Amino acid sequence: MTTLDRVPIGDSVRIERIDGMDEVSVRLLEMGMTPTTSVTMVGSAPFGDPLEVELRGYRLSLRRSEAQRVIVSSH
Amino acid sequence: MPQAAPPAIRTIALIGNPNTGKSTLFSALVGVAQQVGNYPGVTVEKKIGRMQLANTPVDVVDLPGTYSLAPRSPDEMIAVDLLLGRLPGTVRPDAVICVVDASNLERNLFLVSQVLDLQLPTVLALNMTDVAESCGIRIDVRQLSTRVGAPIVELQAHKRIGLDALRSSLEIAMSSPIGERSTPFPPSFQQEVDRLQLQLGDTLPRYLVERVLLDTSGFLSQLPQVEALSGTDQVHAARQRLAEAGSPVPAVEAIARYQWVQQLVEGIVSRDSVQRISWTDRIDRVLTHRVLGLIAFCLMMLIVFQSVFSWSGPLQDLISSGFGRLGGWFSRVLPDGPLQSLIVDGVIGGVGGVLEFLPQIFFLFFFIALLEDVGYMARAAYLMDRLMSRVGLSGKSFIPLLSSFACAVPGIMATRVIENRRDRFVTILVAPLVTCSARLPVYALMTMLFVPDTSFLGGCITLKALTLVGLYFLGIAAAMSVAMILKRTLFRGDTPSFVMELPCYKWPSPRMVLYRMFDRGWAFVRRAGTLILSVSILVWAASYFPHDVSIDQRVRDEYAMALAQAEATGSAEQLEEVQSQVSNEIAQRHLNNSYLASVGRCLEPIVRPLGWDWRIGSAVVASFPAREVVIGTLGVIYSAGVDQDESSASLHEQLRQARWDDSGKPVYTLPVALSIMVFFALCAQCAATLAVIKRETNQWRWAVFAFVYMSTLAYVGAFLTYQIASLLLPTGSG
Repeated sequence: MTTLDRVPIGDSVRIERIDGMDEVSVRLLEMGMTPTTSVTMVGSAPFGDPLEVELRGYRLSLRRSEAQRVIVSSH
Repeated sequence: MPQAAPPAIRTIALIGNPNTGKSTLFSALVGVAQQVGNYPGVTVEKKIGRMQLANTPVDVVDLPGTYSLAPRSPDEMIAVDLLLGRLPGTVRPDAVICVVDASNLERNLFLVSQVLDLQLPTVLALNMTDVAESCGIRIDVRQLSTRVGAPIVELQAHKRIGLDALRSSLEIAMSSPIGERSTPFPPSFQQEVDRLQLQLGDTLPRYLVERVLLDTSGFLSQLPQVEALSGTDQVHAARQRLAEAGSPVPAVEAIARYQWVQQLVEGIVSRDSVQRISWTDRIDRVLTHRVLGLIAFCLMMLIVFQSVFSWSGPLQDLISSGFGRLGGWFSRVLPDGPLQSLIVDGVIGGVGGVLEFLPQIFFLFFFIALLEDVGYMARAAYLMDRLMSRVGLSGKSFIPLLSSFACAVPGIMATRVIENRRDRFVTILVAPLVTCSARLPVYALMTMLFVPDTSFLGGCITLKALTLVGLYFLGIAAAMSVAMILKRTLFRGDTPSFVMELPCYKWPSPRMVLYRMFDRGWAFVRRAGTLILSVSILVWAASYFPHDVSIDQRVRDEYAMALAQAEATGSAEQLEEVQSQVSNEIAQRHLNNSYLASVGRCLEPIVRPLGWDWRIGSAVVASFPAREVVIGTLGVIYSAGVDQDESSASLHEQLRQARWDDSGKPVYTLPVALSIMVFFALCAQCAATLAVIKRETNQWRWAVFAFVYMSTLAYVGAFLTYQIASLLLPTGSG
C-alpha cells in the first residue's frame, strides 16, 4: 500500500480509500476516486507538481499534497 | 366570479458538468433572447433565455457548470435551491435538462444521479457524441435510457444536431408523470435520513436532509431548520452510526452513486482497446511536457499578446479618430457653451477615451474563448499551478492575471473559471495592479522627456528601457505581494483543491468562440458604460464650472495687439497660430479657475511630498475615468491645447518649461517623473475596472476596497520614490 503521489509514471494502481473528510477528500470522491477504481499515473507538470492521472476514461489533475490522501495498492 | 390566473410561463433548468458544451446548448436553444444578471447576495451569474416549445414560450435557466450538487457555499446553494423551488422570487422548474458528455460518461452520470434524486421531469442531453465516437466509445443509448429511467437525446450542440429531438422529448417529459426512482443509497443511510426527516418534519425536502447528513463542511448545518433543532449533535451521532455500519460519510455518497453508474454502463458502453493513444495524448506529449510544454506556453502567450496589440492598434486609431471627428462635428454644429463642452469634452472625450480600449478587450475575450473551447485553458492552469501556489493562489489565476497585462477588465471577467471564492476575489483584487496598456501612454511620456539618454553595454540597453521594465516588474511584484497578504489576512482559509479535469482537445467551434467574445464584450460595455459615462460627466463638470465668461473677453483684450499685428502681416499661418494661442490661453484660465483646480490646490499640501504641484494633482484627480486621460488634462493645464497625446511636441515643451509658482524651479525633474509613473503603476484610476469589480463580486464594497488600497499603495509608493530619488539624484539634473 502506498499513496498516489508515489506511483511512477505509466503505472496503474487500485484505489483503496481516501483519507480525510474535508473539501479536498469530497472533491476527489465526487470526481470518481472511489475504492476499487483503477488509476493510471500519466505525468507531472514542469515544476513536478501538480500530477496528471487517468481514471474512468478521463484525465484529472491534482496536486501532490492531494494525491497523498489517496491510498492505493498495486493490482 | 374570480378570474383565472393567466397560465404561468413554464421553466426549464439546464445543468451539467463543466466542459460538456452546456453553454453551447443554451445559446443554440434560446438564441440571443437572453437576460443576464446576478442572483442577490452571491456571485453567481443568472442567465435566462426564452425558447418556444409547442408554440408556447418557455424560460430556460442556465445554471453554472458543476461536477456535483453538494452545496458547500452560498454560491453552490443557488442551483440546489432553484431546482427545489426554494429560491425566493423563482418558481420550481417544470423540467431539467442534464447535459452529459458522451466521451466522459461515468463521471457525468454522477451528477445525473443527484439530479434524478430531485424528483423533477429530467431529460438527458447526451452531447459530444462525435467526440465519443472518435475516441472509440460506443453507447447503446436506448438501453441506457431504460436503465436510467429518463429519456436520452443524442446531441452535437455545436453543429445544432439533435435540437428538435430534444425539444419534443422535453414536451413529452413535461406532460407525463415521472416514474418511480429508487435511491442509490444503502439501507443504513436511508434509515438515518428517515430518522432525521422525522425530526425536521416537512420543513426540508428529502434531498436536503440527505445533504445535511453528508455535508462535512458545516455549511448546511447553518440552515435555520437544522439549527433550530440543535440538529448538529444528532447529525454527528447519525454519522457515527453510519461509520460503524460500514457506510462512512462522506465516502458513502460517491461509493453508492458510482456503484449505480457502474450498473448502468455494464455491458452497454464499450471502449476500443486499440485506440488507446488518442489525439489528446499526442498533443499533450508536447504541450504538458516538462520543458517543451513551458516553451509552447510562452510562445502561445507571445502570439496571443502580439496579435492583441497589432490587431487592435489600427482599430484603436480608427475609434479615436472617429471620436475626434465626432467631437469636431459637434463643435461646429452646436453653439459655444456648456452643452457643446459637455458633449464634446465630457461625453465624447471621456467615454471615447475608454472605448478606445474596446478592440483590445474584444480580442482578448476572443483568445480566452478560443483557448477555453480548444481545451487548453485547463492545461495552462496545470502548467502554472506550482508557480502560483507560491503566493497562495492556484494555476487557475494565471490566465486572468496574464490577460490583465492588456487590460484588467477581461482579466477580471476571466476569473469566473476560479471556483474557490477566496481565490477568485484575491485574483480580482490584484489584477488591476498588473501593468495594463492604458498605463503605457503615461510611461512613454514621462520616460521620453525626463529619463536621461544613458545607455549601457554599448547602447544595447538604455536607461529608458530599464525604467519601463522596472515599472512592469513593480506591477507584478505588487500584485504578487498583495495577493500573498490578502490570502493571509482577509481571505485566509484552507488551501482550495486543485482537483480539476483536463478535458480532451477539440476543434474550436467558430460560432461558440465568437458568441462568447461578443457576449462578454457587450456585458462589459453594458455594465460599465453607465458608470464610465457618469464619471466622465462629473469630471468634466468639475473642470468646466464655474466658467466665468468674462475670461474669454479678458484674454482677447490682452491678445488684441498680437492679433492685430498678425492680421497686419497678412500671413494666414501666423494669424492661425496666434488664434490657437488665444484659445489655449482661454482654456487654461478656465481650468485654473475651475472646481477641479480648487480641488487640486486643496490637495497640494498632500501631493507636495510626492514632488507634485497642484496642476499634477488636478490632472491625476481628473484621470479617474481612465489613466491615460491624465495626458489630455495636462495638455489643457499647460495650455498646450486639448488634443494631446504622449508624442505631441507642444506638450513636451510645456512640461519641460513648467515652473513652481513660488520658487520658479522646474516642476518636472527625474524624481517627479518617477514618482508620477510609480503612482500610475499602483493606482486604481480606472472607472471601467472598478465597475467590473463591482459586477463580478456583486458588491460595491469590493470596488471601494480596491480603490482605497490601491490609491494608498500608489501614494506611499510615489512618496518613497520621490523622497529616495531626490536623495540619491542631485537636484536639477532632470
